[in-house]
Amino acid sequence: MQRDLRYDLSGITALITGASRGLGRALALALADAGARLVLVARDPAPLEAVVAEIRGRGGEAHPVIADVGDKAAIHAIAGQAAALVGDLDLLIHNASTLGPTPLRLLLDTECEDLEAVLAVNLVGPFRLTRAIAGSMALRGRGLVITISSDAATEAYPEWGAYSISKAALDHLARIWAAELAESGVDVLAIDPGEMDTKMHADALPGADPATLARPEAVAAVILEMIRDPARAPSGARLSVPRWQQEGAR
Amino acid sequence: MNPATSPRDARADTRLLVVDPDGGGRLDTTIAALPRLLSAGDLVIVNDAATLPASLRGRRDGDPDPAAAIELRLTGAGAPGRWPAILLGAGDWRTPTERRPPPPILAVGERIELVDVAGAVVLAAIVVDVDPRSPRLVTLAFDRQGEALWAALYRGGAPVQYSYHRAPLALWSVQSAFAGRPWAAEMPSAGRPLDWRTLGGLRRAGVGLARLTHAAGLSSSGDPAMDRLLPLPERYAIPEATIAAITATQARGGRIIAVGTTVVRALEGSVAASGRLRAGVGVTDLRLGPASALQVVDAILTGMHAPGESHHALLQAFARPAALLDAWGHAAGAGYLAHEFGDSMLILPARARARPAHAA
Repeated sequence: MQRDLRYDLSGITALITGASRGLGRALALALADAGARLVLVARDPAPLEAVVAEIRGRGGEAHPVIADVGDKAAIHAIAGQAAALVGDLDLLIHNASTLGPTPLRLLLDTECEDLEAVLAVNLVGPFRLTRAIAGSMALRGRGLVITISSDAATEAYPEWGAYSISKAALDHLARIWAAELAESGVDVLAIDPGEMDTKMHADALPGADPATLARPEAVAAVILEMIRDPARAPSGARLSVPRWQQEGAR
Repeated sequence: MNPATSPRDARADTRLLVVDPDGGGRLDTTIAALPRLLSAGDLVIVNDAATLPASLRGRRDGDPDPAAAIELRLTGAGAPGRWPAILLGAGDWRTPTERRPPPPILAVGERIELVDVAGAVVLAAIVVDVDPRSPRLVTLAFDRQGEALWAALYRGGAPVQYSYHRAPLALWSVQSAFAGRPWAAEMPSAGRPLDWRTLGGLRRAGVGLARLTHAAGLSSSGDPAMDRLLPLPERYAIPEATIAAITATQARGGRIIAVGTTVVRALEGSVAASGRLRAGVGVTDLRLGPASALQVVDAILTGMHAPGESHHALLQAFARPAALLDAWGHAAGAGYLAHEFGDSMLILPARARARPAHAA
């Protein structure tokens, strides 16, 4: 009898995009320590291979796949390599995302092609990759898909246009997918990690004080709590790490 | 019958000819009707293998002569690190396979370099075995493993192509809507027309859905001598949950509907190998024909297979040759399309076959 992956992560198979740094790297390390068998996707070989080496050094299993989730032609190659390396996938985390051009700029100063490029990576890539994998999950009656959100998806921050739009759309994609998969055994969660001390944050807000930002490792630990708590984090929910921590502290 | 020449996006619009093998009844409809054609308590079993980019192009080591170009088509996994493959000669998908020149004859120990579309070498292979029955059937060992090998296969490989198509097939066109592990050398095409709306309809109609994974092999090599060796032994894996679903279905008198010849061969092959249906991994080279007594499967959803094709022999385990010929004649006359992206046939008896229980 297969264990419920919402309770027991040891031995589950997971694909994480954007896994070479920041939150993606932190999630990879945390899931590997919990016993998950990982396939990690990023565009840049060197930092990705460093993450893989670190996981292997700690006795975990991780395989690198160098690919760009914004590239239509890469999608079935990612899904195929992942299933070839670790078998049918239990967990899919869409973490890879792009801010678009920096410094961030007003919508009126944003080139149409730049908006399209942000949507390609942040929205259409996750849509395509989920299409390539969630069917197998639904057939097996087992799976969890996580999209990474941002408070930029719900707040109208000037100059955050392209990224915000893509994250708002991604939130809704997750919500609709959860509704469509409601009786399939496949859960879908959207998770806002809050502000973290990462390269992406520094690119967006170069003047920010890192001491005020969460460590990605701490955020990854909360996300694992969410995965393991389907009652508090049911399919279709949009969760926020800072709010979860506040509620947990009460 | 004409082949479909390109993938169809509206999968459930695929035409479906339903044949009752006992009563002789026939119905022209579409895949979308499937939930109404089956009964609550029936069980549909699909093959969830994804299709590999199994076609690789290259050349014999050190031989720049374009006439010595090789195409190799991986045909499933052998022992760990051992990859059976069929060789084809120069030319590409626009030339019908049977009109391609023969590949060079390779000897054990020879090295092949495989290239991507730009001509850059992505992978090398050593011939570790040549089948005594045909020099086109070799076993290869690659120069890398694990993620490095899979990355190279996905970079340099393409799905097997067909000359009667209008344009090259992309990897995304040759996958079912539920594909998982890339075990299939060619798409298990019977399952392609099943979209999730139809699968949802089956569930709401009380029809069960189960799965197995079968490494669908190559259907033809272009060489009649090589073709006579097909199908080669093919790996399959049947989950415990599928065995349980089959047992429960048979206990209540429901019908087992196999989606594709690969599902039939895995299930019947499992029984043939050990006397009963078992969960787990196995290898089958079972060939079914008119004399075969089906032990597990009652019905089959499949493509349009011409009399004389290898798949057609298997259909004779489900229906008499005269019934199949009659159905084929009707389908051809009514404009049904054949081959991978063509139309479908459902051979569906009114009742499950009477048989002793075979459950684990």
